[in-house]
Amino acid sequence: MSASGGLLLSFSLPTLSRSKPWQQPDATAIEINAWLSIAPDDTVVIRVAKAEMGQGVLTSLPMIVAEELEADWRQVKVEYADANRQLQENGVYGPMRTVASDSIMAGREMLQRVGAEARERLIKAAAETWHVLASECYADYGRIYHQGSSRSFSFGEVAGLAAEVSVANVRIKQPDDFNFLGLPTPRLDVPAKVDGTAIYSMDVRLPDMVYATVLHCPVIGGKVRGMRLNAVRNMPGFIRALRFETAVAVVADTFWQARQAAAALPVFWDTRHAEEQYSDTIKKGFFAELGGAGQVISRQGDIVNLMDRADRTIESDYFAPYLAHAALEPLNATVHVQSKRVDIWVGHQDPEAAIAAVSEVTGIAAEHVYLHNCYIGGGFGRRSNTDFVREAARIAMQIGRPVQMIWTREEDMRAGAYRPMSAMRFKAGFDLSKRLVALTNHSVTHSILYDRDGATNGPDPNSIDGLHNHPYEFPAWEFSHTRKNTHVTSWWWRSVGSSINAWARECFIDEMAVAAEQDPLRYRRQLLSERPDYLKVLDLLEQHSGWGKQVLPPGSARGVAIHRSSGTIVGQVAEVAVRPDGTVGVNRITVVVDCGHLVNPQTARQQVEGATLFGLSAALYGKLTIESGQVLEDNFDTYEILGMAELPEINVHFVPAVADDRWGGLGEPATPVIAPAVCNALYEVTGRRIRSLPISDYYLQAV
Amino acid sequence: MLRLNINGQAIALDVDSETPLLWVLRDHLNLTGTKYACGIGQCGACTVLMNGHAVRSCTTTAAAAEGYDIVTIEGLGASGRHPVQQAWIDHDVPQCGYCQSGQVLAAVALLNDKSNPTDAEIDAAMTNICRCGTYRSIREAIRQVAIERGDS
Repeated sequence: MSASGGLLLSFSLPTLSRSKPWQQPDATAIEINAWLSIAPDDTVVIRVAKAEMGQGVLTSLPMIVAEELEADWRQVKVEYADANRQLQENGVYGPMRTVASDSIMAGREMLQRVGAEARERLIKAAAETWHVLASECYADYGRIYHQGSSRSFSFGEVAGLAAEVSVANVRIKQPDDFNFLGLPTPRLDVPAKVDGTAIYSMDVRLPDMVYATVLHCPVIGGKVRGMRLNAVRNMPGFIRALRFETAVAVVADTFWQARQAAAALPVFWDTRHAEEQYSDTIKKGFFAELGGAGQVISRQGDIVNLMDRADRTIESDYFAPYLAHAALEPLNATVHVQSKRVDIWVGHQDPEAAIAAVSEVTGIAAEHVYLHNCYIGGGFGRRSNTDFVREAARIAMQIGRPVQMIWTREEDMRAGAYRPMSAMRFKAGFDLSKRLVALTNHSVTHSILYDRDGATNGPDPNSIDGLHNHPYEFPAWEFSHTRKNTHVTSWWWRSVGSSINAWARECFIDEMAVAAEQDPLRYRRQLLSERPDYLKVLDLLEQHSGWGKQVLPPGSARGVAIHRSSGTIVGQVAEVAVRPDGTVGVNRITVVVDCGHLVNPQTARQQVEGATLFGLSAALYGKLTIESGQVLEDNFDTYEILGMAELPEINVHFVPAVADDRWGGLGEPATPVIAPAVCNALYEVTGRRIRSLPISDYYLQAV
Repeated sequence: MLRLNINGQAIALDVDSETPLLWVLRDHLNLTGTKYACGIGQCGACTVLMNGHAVRSCTTTAAAAEGYDIVTIEGLGASGRHPVQQAWIDHDVPQCGYCQSGQVLAAVALLNDKSNPTDAEIDAAMTNICRCGTYRSIREAIRQVAIERGDS
């Protein structure tokens, strides 16, 4: 409260304890390994090395450990693993990046081994105490039992000895042996998220802390020419204004005072060249490249000859705009730079990268940089970028006190790191009996890796994912690619290349079905006849959606799409209506998911629903318009997000796992499928193909 | 001197009366459960109750809040969990959770006004944005509260 500048009378803080995921455990707890501590009262603390941004890892990852440990789930507490310890102990936690929906896919076996190893050590410790064989002992619900006698220990009673012993050749369970994994389990972070005690990085309050707001040049690529400090020097709470190459930061006692000073601060920008930029002209540049050759990624057959001899060809161009992530919590970070130590409080998807970035900015060695990861108010990929953390560190270096830098909604959305822009052309040739003879695709896409790393060898895999590696059986094909970067910056956006490529590809498959005079779902079946995994999803989709059976009212229709990303196949059927006023209503979505094994079906369903709605918002409304170099959509009044009133009925069906099945991702794979399902349904209703997003750019009428 | 009544406590503080209530709560009173997300009254993350009605605190000045009984998420459950919070837990509503303080308070205001809201009334009242897409769970949690109240 010291920094508030306010006089406070007769007020006490609520007694609720604040929920900080980085909180250190009970000091009496005994550490079994870097992942696990057990307290004398039997509390098991499991550390989570991934970031909680709504996908439920703070619950699902400890569930995996607890299953092997034979813990009593009611005794389990969770906290974040320390990214600095990760650095000091040679990556003890495995990669800490939370990306690509792979927390379970990539980390599951390691977490099983962590739990199994700890269980065996607890058993060995108990057996040694009893002077019996470890093979005569077993763990269950937080206790170690000796078979054939009534002796037992709680975990806490043998934790001290377990920390000293070691075991070898620990076996992990197979899915048939699970008691707990696969059961719907309430999320552990929910109570703190409904009583206001969950701490996001913007909620961090430190002694002597001040606030910073940032004004980036409103024209992308522009620079600071100067500012007139005298205009704000005497404003209430004002501390300093800092000039950087492309931005100005204003620091004050409170955030609102910083905002007031920033609003009054005359800043002069150098926007030469950059202000000639318009998204329409940028878009034209992408289309201009479509006719070019591109770099061939994959080819089979004499394409030129086959297309020449085709009885009929169809050709279509698709376009996807730049998109902002628009996580609800605007980007922010709190940084305290001291002479030999930096502390960062941030919600970050890639704490190791954030530490490296802050070390680079401040010149303080990474082992002296401590990152306190917070709950993340929406990540969607954006919070794996270190741009905002670097900026907070640059500001904090000059202030010498803890600084909480908050980007306003507008700064957050204008700051770049967008989903890439892309244009692509599909062409298909058919013979006299309407059979496909060849398919070509040329994509022109802004490369994320080029933005990040500069030149890359060959096409950016993010740009072409879902195109050349499609599941379909084509008789002949060519996939080619052209990288097209602009002065706008791009970054990973939930489901990455799939969100663009699966949309265009699945829409064009529908165009092919029409050309072949086939039902779109049956047509996919034919092209997927060698892929039983996809056929299984299509079977369930047909069964649950009423496809081809239940007739819909006039002005509405169904559309279908299917795609695999992050190890998971998702098929969707959307029931879509066009209202008399031309607006689009998505009434019902049937989703079939084949991810293999599920850790927590409750969060799995939530992720599928949420990912679908994330994709639907983008499909219906998502676009960024650049005029005179400035991004126009910088808040929710212009960058529309789907609301409660537009919520479709969403029915999610999981394909039951089979033996040796995979543990596919769930945070993203439903996102790319909804846009093509809706666009394909809209064609059925209106006769128009949506080949450029968003859908709201079209004036649609049912026919 | 600004005089506010927040979570049942009378508070006097020396702050620019044009400061939005949101920032008074967050930066002066450390009541950080009320969230900043848009600053223009669009998204509802900053929702608080004023005399039982849902109000967006980012576009409400502190001066305009004088004389009202203000309840923030911290005050809602101060004397035990509010039924709406319990329903949110029963339905495992939050994902990232950032919008949920506002969603909970918007639902409390709706249920103060209408004990058994129709779907259309829920749609009309629950205009808070959830970027994670928890709307189905929110709707089900609201229905649960309405049903429980109807039973008692």
